[in-house]
Amino acid sequence: MTDDRAHHSTATGQVLSIRVTVNGHVHDILIEPYLTLIELIRDRLGLTGTKKSCDMQVCGACTVLLNGRPVSACTMLAFEARNASLLTIEGVAQGETLHPIQEAFIEHGGLQCGFCTPGMILAAKALLEENPAPTEAEVKHYMRGNLCRCTGYKRILESIMVAARRLAQTHNPGALET
Amino acid sequence: MLPPFALEEPTSVHEASVLCAQYGETACLYAGGTELLLAMKEGLLRYERLINIKLIPELAGIALADGALHVGAITTHRTLERAAVVRVHFPTVAAMAAHVANVRVREVGTLGGNLCFAEPHADPGTLLLVYDASVALARQGGTRTLALEQFFVGPFEVALADDEILTAIQVPALPVHTAAAYLKYGLLERPSVGVAVAVTALPNQVQEVRIAVGCVGPTPRRLRDVEGLLSQKELAEVRAALDAAGALAGSAADAVTDLHGSAEYKAYLVGVLLRRAFERAYQQAIGENASDEARERGTA
Repeated sequence: MTDDRAHHSTATGQVLSIRVTVNGHVHDILIEPYLTLIELIRDRLGLTGTKKSCDMQVCGACTVLLNGRPVSACTMLAFEARNASLLTIEGVAQGETLHPIQEAFIEHGGLQCGFCTPGMILAAKALLEENPAPTEAEVKHYMRGNLCRCTGYKRILESIMVAARRLAQTHNPGALET
Repeated sequence: MLPPFALEEPTSVHEASVLCAQYGETACLYAGGTELLLAMKEGLLRYERLINIKLIPELAGIALADGALHVGAITTHRTLERAAVVRVHFPTVAAMAAHVANVRVREVGTLGGNLCFAEPHADPGTLLLVYDASVALARQGGTRTLALEQFFVGPFEVALADDEILTAIQVPALPVHTAAAYLKYGLLERPSVGVAVAVTALPNQVQEVRIAVGCVGPTPRRLRDVEGLLSQKELAEVRAALDAAGALAGSAADAVTDLHGSAEYKAYLVGVLLRRAFERAYQQAIGENASDEARERGTA
């Protein structure tokens, strides 16, 4: 077992060695303790699908999933991804095949400018993995921290409800669509 | 961009306390970081090192012992919201936790961190005051328990020694025939007003009312003078006294004017929420839907 606290000091200051699985790929990375998760994702890994907007955990544009849980990459330290599985929007589709949540957002107009969409998709994914058949009220409660300035939310809500039904079908093909 | 700092990662409370003593005000304890990192990004706080306490096993976990809830300091709001033991025995606490900020903050932010940071516009402290909650504090020399009411000193200020660590929050069960309610209102991301009430009642007979108000003033506080106006009375008397109680609560809450509203506006809302929270708690206390907290105690 490796020591979680693998800290090294260099002339330029403390450096941490972390292993993180990003979208299924293992990365061994050296980071400064003060590096934020969004800096790691966008600047070091080049995954620019994760958006920075409010920078204070209010808007949800930077939502990524850490071990399946939604977090604000803007206000999380990168070392917190140590030994964890990180999912960004780039890892949601399987190759050219979009995830059912992505399909639903496209079909039901759950986006316009698209800036909030990576965060919306990832938050919705976390929600549906935790609660596969949410009510509209449950979706609204869970998604209240993801802001959209284009759609007015109605179509986002519709997209997530449709995605939930489709995912339920996929997981349980015998179930009746309701 | 955060200004550079070093990281310490103790694995015991003792080790953390030693680090706190060693580095003093140049270091800060770090748990969820949801408040701390915001303040550091804004340049409002600056530390040479952060002491991550999330690798300390004794700070984790939720347990029920003798009816009281023991919440480890690094328990996240989300864990509190979802834990079966909280939902069944302390449903008002679970409901409050489910409405802290947004789901991402709840996944990361901790109860201990929330109380220690003592940002006035927060929910947990206000509700926990009507439960007569206390905090367990530890340092190299030993441990002590402090009533939460004594723990809050001022905005961003708590009764914690430099080398002391909040290890757990103890939440006693409510008495029989008692239910609690927490209501808040705000126009911004954080609440402008939070009112918590616990009512002990039989039908038409109110025995005890506990009231705490938060967000409006420098710290969450119990309003014992107002409680006295509403306790040991028939229901009709209590309802008749609620307007006066609300007005008194509004002034006793020591409301301040800030971006979340004027002092006058907040004081008014305290009265409105007090009335609503009282009715909700009373109905639950006497109803067939008596809170599980009360029912559990009644059949225990």
